[in-house]
Amino acid sequence: MAKKKLNHGNPIWNFFTSVQLTVVVLLLLAATSIIGTLIPQNASSLFYFKKYGEVFYKLFTALNIFDMYHSWWFLLLLGLLAVNLIVCSIDRLESTWKIIFPEKVVFNLERYKKIKKKEEFVSKETSDELKEKYKLFIEKKFAKVIEKETENGFALFAEKGRWTRAGVYIVHLSVILLLAGAVIGGVWGFKGFVKIPEGESVDAFETRKNNSIIKLGFTIKCNKFDVSFYDTGQPDEYKSNITIFENGKETLTTDIIVNDPLRYKGISFYQSNYGTASAKEVSLIITSNESNMVYTETLSQGMTIDLPEAGGKFILDGFVQGYDFRGHNLGESFVGRLIDNSSKELSVVMPVKFPTFDKMRRGAFSFEIEKFEKRYYTGLQVTKDPGVWYVYTGFIFMIIGCWITFFMSHQSICVEVKKIEKGSSVMVAGFAHRNRQSMKIKTAGLAEKMKGI
Amino acid sequence: MNSSMLLSITTFVYAFASVLYIGSWAFKKGFMAKLGMIVLIAGVAGNTAGILLRWVESYQMGYGHAPFSNMYESLVFFSWTVAVLYIFVEYKYRERIIGVFTTPLIFLAIAYASLSPNVADKITPLIPALKSNWLIAHVITCFLGYAGFAVAFGFSIMYLIRPEKSDKESFLSKLPSLGMVDELTHQMVIFGFLFLTIGIITGAVWANSAWGTYWSWDPKETWSLITWFIYAIMLHLRTMRGWHGKKIAWVSIIGFMAVLFTYFGVNLLPGLHSYA
Ligand code: HEM
Repeated sequence: MAKKKLNHGNPIWNFFTSVQLTVVVLLLLAATSIIGTLIPQNASSLFYFKKYGEVFYKLFTALNIFDMYHSWWFLLLLGLLAVNLIVCSIDRLESTWKIIFPEKVVFNLERYKKIKKKEEFVSKETSDELKEKYKLFIEKKFAKVIEKETENGFALFAEKGRWTRAGVYIVHLSVILLLAGAVIGGVWGFKGFVKIPEGESVDAFETRKNNSIIKLGFTIKCNKFDVSFYDTGQPDEYKSNITIFENGKETLTTDIIVNDPLRYKGISFYQSNYGTASAKEVSLIITSNESNMVYTETLSQGMTIDLPEAGGKFILDGFVQGYDFRGHNLGESFVGRLIDNSSKELSVVMPVKFPTFDKMRRGAFSFEIEKFEKRYYTGLQVTKDPGVWYVYTGFIFMIIGCWITFFMSHQSICVEVKKIEKGSSVMVAGFAHRNRQSMKIKTAGLAEKMKGI
Repeated sequence: MNSSMLLSITTFVYAFASVLYIGSWAFKKGFMAKLGMIVLIAGVAGNTAGILLRWVESYQMGYGHAPFSNMYESLVFFSWTVAVLYIFVEYKYRERIIGVFTTPLIFLAIAYASLSPNVADKITPLIPALKSNWLIAHVITCFLGYAGFAVAFGFSIMYLIRPEKSDKESFLSKLPSLGMVDELTHQMVIFGFLFLTIGIITGAVWANSAWGTYWSWDPKETWSLITWFIYAIMLHLRTMRGWHGKKIAWVSIIGFMAVLFTYFGVNLLPGLHSYA
C-alpha cells in the first residue's frame, strides 16, 4: 500500500488505522485462544463444578470461559479486528488507487541511478544499434517501453504488475468475508442432530444450542443402515439409505455416507453415528421348568404370545443397549413381561450375552435369547449454514491474495546507454515495490542476457 | 526390506548429514557442508523410497491409503518436506552451511518416528472420516507450511548465534551475510504462511464435507490458528513496523514453538484430532 497516509485528524479514525492495534488485537486473540484449548469447552455444568470447584466455576462462568469462542469479549476482539481492517483499508485505498491507475506514468532516471545493486557493463556496439535490440528485448519481458533521450545517449523504461499492489487488499477483504460468513452462519444457520431408526421417518429435529425443535419442511425416512468392518474389526464404512418425502410424495432416495453428505433444500445431513434402535425377528428359547420341555418362538418387539402348557402370556417389550443390573452393565438385553393365569405381572430380563440369566428367577418358565436381527438407527447431523459460501469465497480470495502479495510485485526497469569511445556503457537497474531480493536477481539475469545480444 | 527398515536406515543417513553440517560450522570447514549436502540428498532418496514403499505396502495389505494417516507417517513426511525444501533453498540461493540448524531437525523428526516407543509404525486401515482426498491435500499443505517454518527457525537460530567477527576470516566469508539470513528467514516464513493458510483452508473444507462444520474450535484447529496469528503478526511487524534481524528471528522462534505445540502438544490436550 502507499506510504503516504491521509490524515483525517480524527483521533478515533487514526486509532483504527494503526497497525499497532492490529498487532495487539492479533496477539490478544492468539493468547486468549489458548484458554479454550486447556479448558474443555461446552461440557456439562456438573463436570466443571467437579473439576474446578465452586469459586473457579463461578468465576469462569461469569467470564464465559466455558464457551469462550462465543463469549462477548472474544467476539469483541474479532469485531475490533474487522473494524481495524475496514478502516485501515478505506484509509489507504485512495492512494493505492492512484498508484494502480495513474493519470500518467512518469519515470525518474535519477531514482534508478541511486539504486545500490545495479548492473553495469560495456558493449562494443553503438548506442543506436543497441537501442532497437534492447527495446524489443525489454518489451517482451515487460510492457510498453518508454524512451527518453539523454545528453549523450538514451534511457529506456518499462514496468509491469501495477495491479499486484491490490493483492494485500484481496487478503484483507478475504478476512472480512470469513468473519461475515461466520456471523451469517451464526445468526441464520442452525445445527442439530436426529436419530432415525430403520424404517421410520422424522420431519423435525432438535438443535444443539438450545434444544429447540425445528421443522424440516419435508420428511426424511431411513430405509436401511449398513456398517462394514475391516478384518481388524475397525469400521470401514457407514451408510444410510434414505428417502425424502414432500407432502407425502417421494422426491428422492439416496445413500448418505461419511464424507458424502446429502444436501437438500439448503439443509445438509451428515452421517454422524449409529446404534441399535431395536430388534426384529427375535428367537426366544422358552424352557418349562416343570416339564423340562424346550420351546422356541420367533417374535418381534411389542408382540404378545400365549405360553405353552397354558402358562399364561408373554410380552416382549423391548430392547435395551446396556441393561443395568445392580450397577453391572449386562450389555444388549431384552426386557419383557410374564402374565400368569392369575393376571400377576412379572418382569423378565434377557441379556444376550448371559443366556442363563433368567434361570435365576426360578419361575415356572425361563427365557433366553437364541438370536435376533438388529434394527439400527442412523444418527445424522443436520446443519444449515447460509454463511458457508462467504467463507469459501474468503478462502479463495485469501489464497489468491497471499500468492499475489508474496510472489508478485510492481516491477520496473531502467536501461541507460551512454556513448563512450568505441561503443557504449550500459546500466540496468530494476525496482520492485516488494521482494527486492528477487528483483535484484532478476535484474542481474536480464543484464546477463543483454550482454549477449 | 520393508518400509520401516528403509526409513530406519534413512534416519542414520540424516544423522550423518547433520553431523557433517554441524562439523562444518564447529570446525569452520566448508567442505564438510558440501559433503553434508550429498549425504542429505542420499537421505531424501531413502526417505522418498520409504514413503512410496509404505504406500505400496498399504495396498498389498488391502487398506490402500496414502501414507499420511498417523503420527509415524506424518513425522516421516515432515522430515521429507523439510529436507526437500532445504535442498531447494541451498540450491536456489547458492549458500552452503546454512543447513547447520535445519538438518538436525530433519534428523530429529524421523528419529523420533523410528525410535520412540510412543510412535507406532504399524500400517492400519483408515476410519471412515479420514477417507477423503481432502485429507491428502490437507496433510501435504500443512506439512509444507510446517517445513517452511522449520527451515525459517533454523535460519533464525543461525542469525542469533553467528560466530564473532574475530574468527577465521576465510570461513566467515563463506557464511551468508546477516542480511541474507534475514531475507531467507522471511522467504521461508512467507512460504510457510501461504501453505499453512492453504492447510487450514483444506482442513476446514474437509471438516465441512465430513461433519458439516468448517470450524469447531477443537484444540488442534485452534492451535493452528494461533500459529497462523503469530506469523501474521510477524508479517505486519516486518512490513509496517520495520522489524528486522534479531527481533524477527525471535518471533520466528516463538512461531516455531507454536508449530511444535500444534503438532505434538495438542495430543496431550482433550479433543478430537488425535491422529497426525
Ligand atoms: C487476520 C487478519 C489479517 C491478515 C491475515 C493479514 C494479512 C496480511 C498479509 C499477508 C500482508 C502482507 C504482508 C507482507 O507484506 O509480507 C498484510 C499486510 C498489511 N496489513 Fe494485514 N492482515 C490482517 C489484518 C490487518 C489489519 C487489521 C490491518 C489494519 C491496520 C492490516 C494492515 C496491513 C497493512 C497496512 C499491510 C501492509 C500492506 C503493504 O504491503 O503495503 N492487516 N496483511
